[in-house]
Amino acid sequence: MANVTAHPYLKLADPAGFAEVPFDEKKRLIDKVVADPRFPHYLYGCYECGICVAACPSARFYDFSPRRIAQAAARLDIELMFQQMEEDIWECSQCFSCLRCPRGNNPGGVITVMREVAVKEGLHSAKSALEGYSRIIYKIMSTGTQVSPDMLQPDAFPDWGPEVKDVSENLALWRRALPPETHHTTTTGWEVADSTILELYVIWLETGALEMIREVDAGIHMILEEIMEERLEEEGIEL
Amino acid sequence: MSDAVAVILSKKSSFEREPDRRSADFHEELFALEAAGELIVQRVSDDYVNVPTKYGIPKKIQRGHLWHHKSCGQCGHIPGYSTSIFWIMRKLGYDYNDPRDQTSCTAWNYYASATSNQAAQAAVALRNFAAAYETGYFPLIHCGTSYGHYKEVRNELLHQPELRAQVRKVLGKLGKEMVIPEEIVHYSEWLYAMRDEIAANSILDLSKVAVTVHPACHYYKLVEGDAIYDPDVWHGQRTAAVSGLVQALGAELKTYSTFFDCCGFGFRHILVQRDFTRSFATLRKIEVMREEANPDVVLTHDTGCVTALDKSQFATRAHDRNVGVPVMSEAQFAALSMGAHPFKVCQLHWHSTDFRPLLEKMGIDHEKAWAEFQEDLKRLESGEQQYLTWADTGV
Ligand code: SF4
Ligand code: SF4
Repeated sequence: MANVTAHPYLKLADPAGFAEVPFDEKKRLIDKVVADPRFPHYLYGCYECGICVAACPSARFYDFSPRRIAQAAARLDIELMFQQMEEDIWECSQCFSCLRCPRGNNPGGVITVMREVAVKEGLHSAKSALEGYSRIIYKIMSTGTQVSPDMLQPDAFPDWGPEVKDVSENLALWRRALPPETHHTTTTGWEVADSTILELYVIWLETGALEMIREVDAGIHMILEEIMEERLEEEGIEL
Repeated sequence: MSDAVAVILSKKSSFEREPDRRSADFHEELFALEAAGELIVQRVSDDYVNVPTKYGIPKKIQRGHLWHHKSCGQCGHIPGYSTSIFWIMRKLGYDYNDPRDQTSCTAWNYYASATSNQAAQAAVALRNFAAAYETGYFPLIHCGTSYGHYKEVRNELLHQPELRAQVRKVLGKLGKEMVIPEEIVHYSEWLYAMRDEIAANSILDLSKVAVTVHPACHYYKLVEGDAIYDPDVWHGQRTAAVSGLVQALGAELKTYSTFFDCCGFGFRHILVQRDFTRSFATLRKIEVMREEANPDVVLTHDTGCVTALDKSQFATRAHDRNVGVPVMSEAQFAALSMGAHPFKVCQLHWHSTDFRPLLEKMGIDHEKAWAEFQEDLKRLESGEQQYLTWADTGV
């Protein structure tokens, strides 16, 4: 009877893994998830019906299930929720197809909150999920637009076909061939006013959004902090 | 309820939504907060079209004088998308404002990397809304994700006084007022509302063009009560955005069994885990459409969906999969039908999947159009002209 364990419902003695992380530490993190003001609006208990799984794109190609997320959160299973924060949450596509839930749950929303805690606390999963992502975070935080024309480089998107090369080779000229006056940019999607960017910096600094990335990407945090503080100081804006 | 919406809803004979799923009308709370002096509601002007939403709450779509909240992905990688929206407005004679005082919603960050938080997202949304309000133009949101996210933000602000206080403090530092528009409107809702006017200006016979539609998850799944549903489109059981316009244009609207599936974009995945995006976009969407409907084009109404569905097909073709359906927004398709230039306006050379067979079926001479565009580029290269202008596109 090798598979009979202390817990009659679980096949493994340590089903959630991460035994090296103390329970209190796991609980500290999960308490942050549950304390988020969005959490009570995202979870009303779970029928375990699996409707969310049927609708979920990530469940089709990963070992991932929004039902497990909702179930664990509804039971406040600290061990499982911690495991999901380390192993599952970054698979989600954030499409919110799971809002089809008959119970009114939003498993994707629960995941958004879990991810924010994982980032803020510098969890291993967040660090590895965001590897190679620094440039994007830098772009959005420093320019107010996420996708720029000059990101279309054939070495970054070799699987998108030869048109990507055409775009990158002709970029400056093709941008000039766009009739909207705001679209002639190559490093941002459109021309964003300088005063607008300064206002955005105030938002990032005042709401703690910039602070969030300190643990997960110290390098990019430092660069962004310097840029923002320098620009605001030049303009005489005090926070 | 207006007469027009009552008439539309009275046609619903066989399909009723379960009452316990109905979402409440947010307007009451919005106006109550305005009456309490907490915020300003930017009103829709008197020149609007009433459209029916999922649970029958009428939605006002302002016709002109609109403030275009652009999409970073559209302007950056699919610039014919935003250009077509502007072009249609100019062609129909509606004035608009294309602001520089606008950031993206930054929700790509929020959903992809979680390197943002509730207060930051709400402050970004309200900074943009205040910027629109200051111009007197009413906001029109180009991106499906911005639209969905702003509706989430609106709900959060209406129900969380602490969040309102936090955002008010940040906006105070910017010298901005707290403004929420009376309606959060997506450009595809404007196209739906104007579909008869657009169809009246169509110069092409599209009756032989088979079209499938991919509805954007963030348009109709996030805060679902705002999305347009019309008993005359899919019997009121699927959102009428995009599909209503396709019907009005006289194209052949075709169904397929994975209509409700996501496109596989994934925010994070499209950038760093594209094997997932590619698999989902092609195996669950493009191949299914191909087998069941064999469309000449798939139309959608969001930045991410156009990207995921279009760009995923190239590598999949190498595996001999049944792909090869051109992808564009319904704005580009409608602009083409109204005589817009495929390259000067719709900028189809930025797309990956071959669109030429579609243009041929629509009766558009793409070789001639490409040669014309090359002439334009020569003028730009020689310095004779610095930029292509609206005058070059006939509007
Ligand atoms: S939001 Fe995430 S969990 Fe929900 S359906 Fe989409 S991929 Fe699945
Ligand atoms: S979250 Fe909702 S849809 Fe998913 S299993 Fe639970 S009750 Fe069912």
